[in-house]
Amino acid sequence: MAEEVVLLDFWRSPFGMRVRIALAEKGIKYEYKEEDLRNKSPLLLQMNPVHKKIPVLIHKGKPICESLIVVQYIEEVWNDRNPLLPSDPYKRAQARFWADYVDKKIYDLGSKFRTSRGEEKKAAKKELIEALKLLEEQLGDKTYFGGNNLGFVDIALVPFYAWFKANDAFGPLNIERKCPKFVAWAKRCMQKESVSKSLPDQNKVYEFIVERRKKLGIE
Amino acid sequence: MADEVVLLDTWAGTFGMRVRIALAEKGVKYEYKEENINKKSPLLLQMNPIHKKVPVLIHNGKPICESAIIVQYIDEVWNDKAPILPSDPYERAHARFWVDYVDKKVYPAWNKMWLSNEEEHEAAKKELISIFKQLEETLGDKPFYGGDTFGFVDVGLITFCCWFYTFETYGNFKMEAECPKLIPWVKRCMQRETVSKILPNEKEVYNAVVEMKKELESK
Repeated sequence: MAEEVVLLDFWRSPFGMRVRIALAEKGIKYEYKEEDLRNKSPLLLQMNPVHKKIPVLIHKGKPICESLIVVQYIEEVWNDRNPLLPSDPYKRAQARFWADYVDKKIYDLGSKFRTSRGEEKKAAKKELIEALKLLEEQLGDKTYFGGNNLGFVDIALVPFYAWFKANDAFGPLNIERKCPKFVAWAKRCMQKESVSKSLPDQNKVYEFIVERRKKLGIE
Repeated sequence: MADEVVLLDTWAGTFGMRVRIALAEKGVKYEYKEENINKKSPLLLQMNPIHKKVPVLIHNGKPICESAIIVQYIDEVWNDKAPILPSDPYERAHARFWVDYVDKKVYPAWNKMWLSNEEEHEAAKKELISIFKQLEETLGDKPFYGGDTFGFVDVGLITFCCWFYTFETYGNFKMEAECPKLIPWVKRCMQRETVSKILPNEKEVYNAVVEMKKELESK
């Protein structure tokens, strides 16, 4: 039943995208509820009183919060198809480590790059490129971080590609030139329906960023 | 072939203590190597080149980093006794959420408190107390966060308790007065040999912190 699974989300959130991709990979039907982050719904505040953030997965009335925890939950409940994590404990620990690395580095650096100017922007760009290069190294010659199939790290990271593409007009980050392997990997991911249907329209994202920068007085 | 398990750690490190407790709960023999944070060993830099931090578990030559990830690894490898995470996926997500909460909140709040100037000090102290009040509320009437049994969140949080004296002294408050329901839980955990043998004396921790602050201020 679709109403057994509800996702509270925000169209632009890379964290929400992770959950959407995981649900799609597992072929789970769900009800999507768009949140207005400036006017959070009573349901969101009730389901995530601690952080008051999206995404929140509500399964049979019970909430699960924090995107990587949600993806692991989805993996464990719908464990009969399309595994998202490796079965070997060491490889699982490695997958969790690199998804955690994405959480610790990519979002914050990306934000800094997007919203800063001058020296600060330069420093954020340098660090972000270094982080992406490290991830490239981790990917190696594999099709995906998960090997032959989309895995935990792919799901954790690919939503940020949408951001980088949209932001390239404001950098530029030049990731096509500096991190070609990362871009090639992201394009491979985008060929999967579970990913392309979960990521927002690039033009919509671009328009939003233009507005935001105007508001922050960056233009 | 016998398992070779090495732990790179520091004696007062709350994150490393989690790993030590998990290993003790599972009865795993290991070699402990004390690291000097100001002079990191070549082994540490080789085994955790990304973050260069402790704890690092080295199992048969392969490193696992990030304490919450290490504890889950230990639970999955030595899965024949003393389960640390619950078996139910929802309970597991719940446990991961609260360890993530401790990770995101406690240390940053403490850092703000002990490194802050007078103005910021009160706000930081209030934040630290509110975090522990939230954790007290989450425990509720259960003997452990894991319910009837000592589990992932208990392991994740109990290690901060040897820092209570330090928090109290720097913050000028009493944990017993602010979060009275936490104290019986602390005592219950300390009745376990796996915890009491590992947690250092809280006055020793305080003295080490005082030394650390002196060193920082003299730079």
